[in-house]
Amino acid sequence: MTMKLNAQTLITAAVLLLLLYASTALFMTQQYALAMVFVVLTAAFAVIFTSKRLYTARFYYPAIGGLLLFTVFPVLYTGYVGFTNYGGSNLLTFEQVQRFYTSQVVVDKSTEQPFSLTKTQNGLQLWLPETQLISEPFTSASAGSTLMLKPGEQPSNLLPIKEMVKQRKLLGALNFETPEGIELRSAAIKTLATVIPAYTLLDESGRLQDSSGAVLTPDHSEGYYQTAEGEYLKPGWKTWVGGRNFDRMLNSEGIREPIIEIFVWTLIFAFGSVLGCFAVGMLLALILQWPELRGKSIYRILLILPYAVPAFISILVFRGLFNQNFGEINFLLDALFGIKPDWFTDPFLARTIVLFVNIWLGYPYMMLLAMGFLQSIPTDHYQAAAIEGAGPVRRFFSITLPQILPPFVPMLISAFAFNFNNLVLIILLTRGGPDMTGTLIPAGSTDILASFTYRIAFSDSAQDFGLAGAISMVMFVIVAVIAYANLIAMRKMAKGTR
Amino acid sequence: MSMVHAQKNLFFRKLLAHGFLWLFLGIILFPFFVTLSISFREGNFVTGSLIPSSPTLEHWYLAFGLEYVRPDGEIIEPPFPVLLWLWNSVKIAFIASFGVLCMAATAAYAFSRLRFRGKTALLDTMLVVQMFPAALAIVALYALFDSLGDVLPILGIDSHWSLILVYLSGVAMHIWTIKGYFDSIDPALDKAAAIDGASHFQTFKWIFLPLATPILAVIFVLAFIGAIGDYPLASIMLRAEENLTLAVGSRQYLMDNRYMWGDFAAAAILSGAPITLLFLFAQRFLVSGLSAGGVKG
Repeated sequence: MTMKLNAQTLITAAVLLLLLYASTALFMTQQYALAMVFVVLTAAFAVIFTSKRLYTARFYYPAIGGLLLFTVFPVLYTGYVGFTNYGGSNLLTFEQVQRFYTSQVVVDKSTEQPFSLTKTQNGLQLWLPETQLISEPFTSASAGSTLMLKPGEQPSNLLPIKEMVKQRKLLGALNFETPEGIELRSAAIKTLATVIPAYTLLDESGRLQDSSGAVLTPDHSEGYYQTAEGEYLKPGWKTWVGGRNFDRMLNSEGIREPIIEIFVWTLIFAFGSVLGCFAVGMLLALILQWPELRGKSIYRILLILPYAVPAFISILVFRGLFNQNFGEINFLLDALFGIKPDWFTDPFLARTIVLFVNIWLGYPYMMLLAMGFLQSIPTDHYQAAAIEGAGPVRRFFSITLPQILPPFVPMLISAFAFNFNNLVLIILLTRGGPDMTGTLIPAGSTDILASFTYRIAFSDSAQDFGLAGAISMVMFVIVAVIAYANLIAMRKMAKGTR
Repeated sequence: MSMVHAQKNLFFRKLLAHGFLWLFLGIILFPFFVTLSISFREGNFVTGSLIPSSPTLEHWYLAFGLEYVRPDGEIIEPPFPVLLWLWNSVKIAFIASFGVLCMAATAAYAFSRLRFRGKTALLDTMLVVQMFPAALAIVALYALFDSLGDVLPILGIDSHWSLILVYLSGVAMHIWTIKGYFDSIDPALDKAAAIDGASHFQTFKWIFLPLATPILAVIFVLAFIGAIGDYPLASIMLRAEENLTLAVGSRQYLMDNRYMWGDFAAAAILSGAPITLLFLFAQRFLVSGLSAGGVKG
């Protein structure tokens, strides 16, 4: 095979080198799973872009490769996380946690001795009267370093206590070493003391002994060091916990109840949003389709404005408008009727505004689709119905709806799937609140499964990646089934029309 | 008699239709008017009336990133770099949409015209896998880019390129839509091109791309809007204030402890207007593209 040196070959070689570099570097940093994905991508790239036989694969390699790396891998990884205790207090590996504890130091209070400070041309010096030692000069630039102590004379100009307090922060960041090699650190404002390791490694199994002599045993099923009294020490490490997260989800009091309530609300929310948007959009499309009506194009532009404005802006605007104390809606209601509803603290009202805002955001899409589909209904059907004497309502339900529904069904199903995961709306509008009472994890009345999972993973109080991963997988199965059903429905319909 | 009656009836029905539409529009457009009014109102809280009594340009100065000097001499600094956020959003969304377009179009050509093993299975898998909500893969994506960043710093956390890569992976739906469009192109055209000795890539570039311009425009706009409007992914992937996108940054105006309603209103109008205009400009062929491409399996 002859290789012409052209731009294409150069780009291929460059990409290949980059992929190779990433694969090896990931192996070196012990990211084995990710490294394997990169190896597969690299090998596939090398084969596809050099072999003539696999020419066709060049067309879909970028899309499939991207999908593999940024969708399939995260899905598998999330699934794996669902079987671990990965989370806020279990972020590190066992080795990292062990290193963390063994690098901790404490000052030995029994060796405490007073010190004074003196100012010289080269900075400050520390004087220990009990042992007659004096340190090298230091400045604020010395923070973090170890200074040697040498025997010396008592300096004449010792700083008053007020000046010493000012240097407290700098002193805390310094280590001092005696000529005998003993390390000293500041223990209080006026004293230094010996530094000793807080934990020492006892044996191969990773047991630790703390400065008071107590023994800590690693508990690998929980991912924590355990004291003799059975107490767990944070931070712990990431460990495999089997189906425990799934078990918590289904059986634990304080977790199962909110999940069931949230699941039911998610279905109501998704179904209600789709139905509401469809009904409003359909009604408007029917009115706008009326030939006698003037000013249609203006109505059309004004009516789709909610769809045109970026959703995150509209949602935040509504968040402000509905604000109980500073919002314009309560200002108006108060002026007109003397009422100030608790939009964000009453569960029912909060759910109502979530639905209202979502229908506000979503009806224009349905209206536009309906306007498109309405045009495909032959007008002679309506004329025939008018001759038969059918009224407008009858005409809608026996002619328009049956003809418009089949092409609409896939759109409605994908709208349902979209709303099932409509995280942006909930996070920006209510943050899931108002919070339910008596739950073990943060759960709100307007939380849908997606926002609930997001909060479990990323709110400061929870940070439970394991449980979030488990819930994500269950949701993925539900949504995937819906998507697959949609696909089958689309296939059937396409066959029917052909 | 009945003619007059019918005309009178028609008149009332028209009046009813217009009346209903105006009432509906009143509710729908209320937030826009209020936001506009708030952006000219003094301070950050409701003051007495919905129409500002003493209008001020303070919020607008701040939204444009300029200092505002109050009549009493107090200087107000802009709280957030709104225009920088808008630029970040537009930059990220533009590059990502362009990438999505290239990847989706080439893949759609392969799925529509080329023969290879496992085509249908791959298409179906793509659609189902894509249903995994990207927002829930955040933990995994965070871990992924945290590791990648150790190796290639440009692809770490808080890098725009990482976020662009994540948006690039959302191509499956778009491949389906473009494939539907490609399927409707007459196969005689590719045959003619093949007889003239065109390679697959030439056929794709010189026949399919020009014919598919409308649907490609639709995909570009859809991808662009999707990327601009993303909150969850960007909120986790971006950290530094000067790196944020508009969607993530805007949230900071309405925190419970720091509530800047007036500043938010001006910033929202300023940053939302260009995106809205782009959408209104693109919506006509967007609709035709959606209803034509979406249905074909």
